[in-house]
Amino acid sequence: MLRRPRREEPGFSSTGPAFRRPGRRTRGARVTRKWTPRYRTVTARLYVSASFNHNSLMGDILTMKRFRTGTLALALASGLAACGGGEGGSGEGATPGGMAKGAAAPGGTVALTGAGATFPYPIYSKWFDSYGRANPVRVTYGSIGSGGGIRQVTEGTVDFGASDAPMNDEELAKAPGMLHIPTVLGAVTVAYNLPGVQQPIRLSGDVLSDVFLGRITKWNDPRIAGLNPGAALPARDILVVYRTDGSGTTYVFTDYLSAVSPAWKQQVGVGKSVKWPTGLGAKGNEGVAGQVKQTEGAVGYVELAYARQTGLQTASVQNRAGQFVQPSVAATTAAAEGLAARLGAGSDFRVSIVNPAGAAAYPIASWTYLLVPPQIGDCAKARALVDVVRWGMGAQGDAQASELHYAPLPADVERLVLARLSTVTCGPDRQPVAAAAG
Amino acid sequence: MQAVPEETFRGALAGPAPRRPLTLAGGRGNLADRVYGYALLAMGMVIPVLLAFLLFRVGASALPAVREFGWGFLTSSEWNPVEGEFGALPFIFGTLASSLLAVLIAVPLAVGLAIFLTELAPRWVAAPVAFGTELLAAIPSVVYGLWGIFVLVPWLRSAVQEPLANALGDSIPLFRGPAYGVSILSAGVILAIMIVPFISAVSREVLAAVPRVQREGALALGATRWEMTWQVVLPYATPGIIGATILGLGRALGETMAVTMVIGNRPEIATSLFAPGYTMASVLANEFSEASTDLYLAALMEVALILFGITVVVNTFARLLVWRVARREGR
Repeated sequence: MLRRPRREEPGFSSTGPAFRRPGRRTRGARVTRKWTPRYRTVTARLYVSASFNHNSLMGDILTMKRFRTGTLALALASGLAACGGGEGGSGEGATPGGMAKGAAAPGGTVALTGAGATFPYPIYSKWFDSYGRANPVRVTYGSIGSGGGIRQVTEGTVDFGASDAPMNDEELAKAPGMLHIPTVLGAVTVAYNLPGVQQPIRLSGDVLSDVFLGRITKWNDPRIAGLNPGAALPARDILVVYRTDGSGTTYVFTDYLSAVSPAWKQQVGVGKSVKWPTGLGAKGNEGVAGQVKQTEGAVGYVELAYARQTGLQTASVQNRAGQFVQPSVAATTAAAEGLAARLGAGSDFRVSIVNPAGAAAYPIASWTYLLVPPQIGDCAKARALVDVVRWGMGAQGDAQASELHYAPLPADVERLVLARLSTVTCGPDRQPVAAAAG
Repeated sequence: MQAVPEETFRGALAGPAPRRPLTLAGGRGNLADRVYGYALLAMGMVIPVLLAFLLFRVGASALPAVREFGWGFLTSSEWNPVEGEFGALPFIFGTLASSLLAVLIAVPLAVGLAIFLTELAPRWVAAPVAFGTELLAAIPSVVYGLWGIFVLVPWLRSAVQEPLANALGDSIPLFRGPAYGVSILSAGVILAIMIVPFISAVSREVLAAVPRVQREGALALGATRWEMTWQVVLPYATPGIIGATILGLGRALGETMAVTMVIGNRPEIATSLFAPGYTMASVLANEFSEASTDLYLAALMEVALILFGITVVVNTFARLLVWRVARREGR
């Protein structure tokens, strides 16, 4: 077929006028003529030949003599997009570490760094900000995920970690004595999209688990209809939507399903990521909420705040006392009522509180933890940390939590938690923080 | 290949300084030259060293999973973090399927666009269209993802998936199944939109580089404009266009955010385009931050390693393809 003309061929005479006077290729010439033939031809040849002599396409483009600015802009722009469109702090590098290592900054400000769970990030940043305005303490919190929080606090690269799920025994073995300090309670709601149904639908634990196991596939299944007499349930397929990114929300939800359904416990189990028997995955609370909102017949689980913000319908879930309870801040706090007596003074708080006994309690609720090392080298930091948490559990902190749809701990549980927190020691002689504060 | 004449030709033309190898250790040259040489050497070495380090680190982290699962990791479809069982096949499948689909959609579009811009469009049309296309590459992928969730996916579901599933679903497995919206198809379409600017920009350069005499020759022989483009310009530009396609494919293979948001994230191998899938990059982005056990982390690292390997294979294959096509064309 056609081949590229050789250098000797007329079209490539290198003595053509265009070569002797390349400056002639002016703006005017460009407008009136589409091509300035010879000049073009030769640069073209250079480019094509470069393509086959070197080994990288990008390299070829960059070595081109006549290099269109558009392509350069494209390359730059995509480079920018690659930097800016990053995947949202999934690595350890996402923590603003380092700077806080130098404890007390000039002027007596104490700098603390923490990293971990994304679920409580809004309330933590609110607390830390409000507290920092009134006190010489600056807390930086990186919401990098519970797993990252556990790793970083274990390695000591941050002053405290945060996690939605308690550390397991294997993790705790690497960080002996790590304190689990519950801060607030969160509820996981069952959100669904059934336009024809006005009343919130009612679901029991075993029906919910069978929906998520794929054993109940239609909204008008007799077992759902039995719980919702009078509701006009459509004959639609149920589309299960789950969180695909590892999350504390998933942990709490699967923890609940395992507590109420032996079949779930045996087939799927508890985890921040599990093997879902049915449905499709969306990224983040916003992804699940969006997917549910868009798809008639979908059901998913999202945090209370997201359900309220997006206006999704949420199911009333039957608690252990047999009551159907709508998720709310009050019903979530109620889930922790009576816990103080159950736990006792020496508890390490590594217990699941899903499916509690209270009649007013919403059953899919859990707390989220700060992970605090039992011994902190710098007493100023230790004191600051204890004070921040104490402030968060006070009246102002509780009010801020409720505003953001987190449930404050009941007062008696807060007392237990603070007692636990005051066992932190600091300094080389391991004095109790309380004494150091005096 | 004619490296030497090409070099002299180029030298005669533009007159760059003759390429002389820098002597690093020898006594020749003054101090400034030597410092300059070492500085450039250091810069040149940064990338290969970085690459080697990356490979070593990822490989070392993946080792526990490689030991535990062996080759079964590549063929198993089980992904169960709770039980500690991991297999990467659905992710490999999802990555390849969505990327190939994207290339299938994007290449005709991008090459068509490039031909239009170089051969047909008047300047006042070509410039803004080209600028607009290139602007697409500047949009962060998370924006594509959000647009995908809220605009593209609902539209695909009601305008494409449902009619196709109703009409052809019974006879063609590719179009079977309930139309959720999020699917391999959605991922392919969004990836196609994302890689069109890359393919079209490079194709445009390649097409513009086809010598004028080739076109004139074809026209002089009585070819129509279509015949000239199809039989002369395109064959000449084929290796370049293949290169452009590979550039796009490489980006599609590694794209994470936008795909994660529209593919449905279900580790399953389905025959239908409308079924949800999962890609390697997505599972890394989704699960890495919360992966707690060592084996789980190692499995994710091995997925990263496989992704790395696949891109290397794809690029090598592309390189061979370009080389073969170029040789067949007699260049």
